[in-house]
Amino acid sequence: MPRKGILVDKPYERLTREQVELIHQASMQILTDPGLIIFNREAVDILHSHGAAVESIPGDHQSWQVKIPEQVVLSAMNSAPKTVKLGARNPDNTLIMHGDEPRVYLITGSETNIWLDVDFPTYVSKTDSTKEIRVPEFKPRRGTVDDLCQSAHVCEHLEMVDGYIRTVNIQDRDITEDNKDVNKFFASLNNNTKHFMSGLTSLEQLDNVVRMAELIAGGKKALEDNPIISFITCLVKSPLQFVDDTTGTFIEVCRRGLPIVVSSSPQAGTTAPIKEAGIMAQINAEVLAGITLGQLVKPGTPVLYGSVPVRARMDTLGDSYGSVETSQYNIDCVQMARFYRLPNYSTSGVCDSKIPGQQSSIERLFSDIVVTMSGPQFLHCAFGLLDCNSVFCLLQAVLDDAHFKMIEFFLRQPRIAQPELEAMLKQIREAVATPQKLYIGYIRPLLRSGEISGLYPFEGNGEADDVFEFAYERMKKLLARPVEHIDQETTARIFEEIPGILPRLNIYERER
Amino acid sequence: MNKDIIATIKKNVIQGRKTQEDVGIDDNLARTPGVVELVQQALESNISPQVIITEGLTAGMQVVGEKFSTKEYFIPDMLASAEAVGAAMDIMRPVLESANVETKGKFAIATVKGDIHDIGKNIVAILLKGAGYEVHDLGVDVPTEKVVEIIRKETPDFLGLSALLTTTMVVMGEVIEALKENGLRDKVKVLIGGAAVSDEYAQEIGADAYCVDGFHAIKVLDAFQEAKA
Repeated sequence: MPRKGILVDKPYERLTREQVELIHQASMQILTDPGLIIFNREAVDILHSHGAAVESIPGDHQSWQVKIPEQVVLSAMNSAPKTVKLGARNPDNTLIMHGDEPRVYLITGSETNIWLDVDFPTYVSKTDSTKEIRVPEFKPRRGTVDDLCQSAHVCEHLEMVDGYIRTVNIQDRDITEDNKDVNKFFASLNNNTKHFMSGLTSLEQLDNVVRMAELIAGGKKALEDNPIISFITCLVKSPLQFVDDTTGTFIEVCRRGLPIVVSSSPQAGTTAPIKEAGIMAQINAEVLAGITLGQLVKPGTPVLYGSVPVRARMDTLGDSYGSVETSQYNIDCVQMARFYRLPNYSTSGVCDSKIPGQQSSIERLFSDIVVTMSGPQFLHCAFGLLDCNSVFCLLQAVLDDAHFKMIEFFLRQPRIAQPELEAMLKQIREAVATPQKLYIGYIRPLLRSGEISGLYPFEGNGEADDVFEFAYERMKKLLARPVEHIDQETTARIFEEIPGILPRLNIYERER
Repeated sequence: MNKDIIATIKKNVIQGRKTQEDVGIDDNLARTPGVVELVQQALESNISPQVIITEGLTAGMQVVGEKFSTKEYFIPDMLASAEAVGAAMDIMRPVLESANVETKGKFAIATVKGDIHDIGKNIVAILLKGAGYEVHDLGVDVPTEKVVEIIRKETPDFLGLSALLTTTMVVMGEVIEALKENGLRDKVKVLIGGAAVSDEYAQEIGADAYCVDGFHAIKVLDAFQEAKA
């Protein structure tokens, strides 16, 4: 049984059908004029061999102007699967995504450099020494492989998390460009039985991580049937450019038939027009071009329409994920993917705030609610992320899980049907006939059935705001709960066959 | 046998099952006798009312209160248990009267003149009844003269006044003045409650206590009882 996710009954849509078609047409025009600038020779050759017009661009870096005819795009789109399965170590955590079904799966990530520790020091009032308060203090530091293990561990137990993208970049002294991929894959897969998606640091490590996944899944065929890992590649550099190395990685992943996200992240105002029509036409063209390349490499490659549009901050020209327009662009992209009947990778919950608090809650909840309502299949909803994806705080991830529980409840389908109404009419007549005229007695059978939403789980006593402390306690409890690690025999084979994994990650050796 | 019935009464109070029709929380108890049927059985088996009350009903409510304070139980659970105990007390009243056993006290309760809001008042009435008080609910929009009349004729130990509105809370002060004018003020403890009022307001109009909710009212009444003892 796959995970159920959140099935959105009537997805929220901003664009009319006519507007969707206008964006599609504009994107098609963009792909022929001005077309793309591609820095990867192999991609250029593939597109050229299928009818794209190619022209070399003079300069220090080899690049080509590539114009892709509409017919090539449409034909490639036909071969892209409309249903994508993302497997998992625990088959109950499988994700099945249909491009035309607004069932939302909530995924963590993405990678941050900074890990935010939390402490609760006590302060005494200057004017009244009997008054003490505990205040959360957040201390940033560089992320490590141990942090990644902890994050994967807690996310395994967070009820609303459907899949795992690593939340922290591992920057230990013994982590290098060459061993980073195998260590981040192993640390994540060993502490989490949900689907794992990741980018690659080094293309040379692709076969090692695929082999690791095969060993865990039970062989090459087993991995095909149950793709426990998938990849995300940022081959697009907006505006309208394909980068050399990530395009190369993208092509190689497609060749191996594993699921992959074509992701584009233009910034409205700097790398895309600030106007909605402009950024939408551009991002759609960029993603379609990537999907086209993937399908030309290997028709039928499972691919997600990945959209991470963002608006620029006017004070710094940095990303402003907390801006309202960012959510609008994301919702538009969900609609565009649905137009092509492709599963969509969307984004919410990224905030501008640097630490957990009111700004963080407001920014992330706003986008979490509205983007979930639009019905993307794979919602990278930034569990625990702060400061525009550069900081991860486990405490914030615990809070996000509780908030998504509320969103899930809100999106339940209404139960208005004749039998229900008849039961309610009976109840109303009964209650009105009693001296007290109260319906409280009817609550009880529902009280523990899950039909009534719970209190805010981190509510304090009286006027005290103890949210962070309660969330911290929950985080510690989740860390104390065991996770199902990869079994000893498979772990031994992985350490035998895959070079570069840090010995301290072998829990069986550690226990000796 | 007797111990079994008392233990089952306590269990059903905790489950909030007034009669065998009630579902309670534990599915295994479906269609088994509830508190009303069990108390009937206990009386027929000549178990003393004091034992039924202290070891069955009150002991059960004690557990319910503990579960409420740890947030395992919610107000609907408390009310269900209190209603079950209240119904049991109704059955036992004739037996208690013939044995000259006194209740914890008589409590008259009313929403004052001009105010028709009664959710809070009704909940307080159910909880007090479940706590062993003999509750006389006068209803809503009760004229001051009627309240005075009830105090004179029925001599309750306590009077609870409820008001939701800022426009009707002043009537509480008028009731207290009317009790004074009729020489009844020292015959009854007056407790006030409702969204509009406060501890300060209780002191301002000369009430004996302000109660935040029904649970607080029980604590206030118990404190009065202890002071009296």
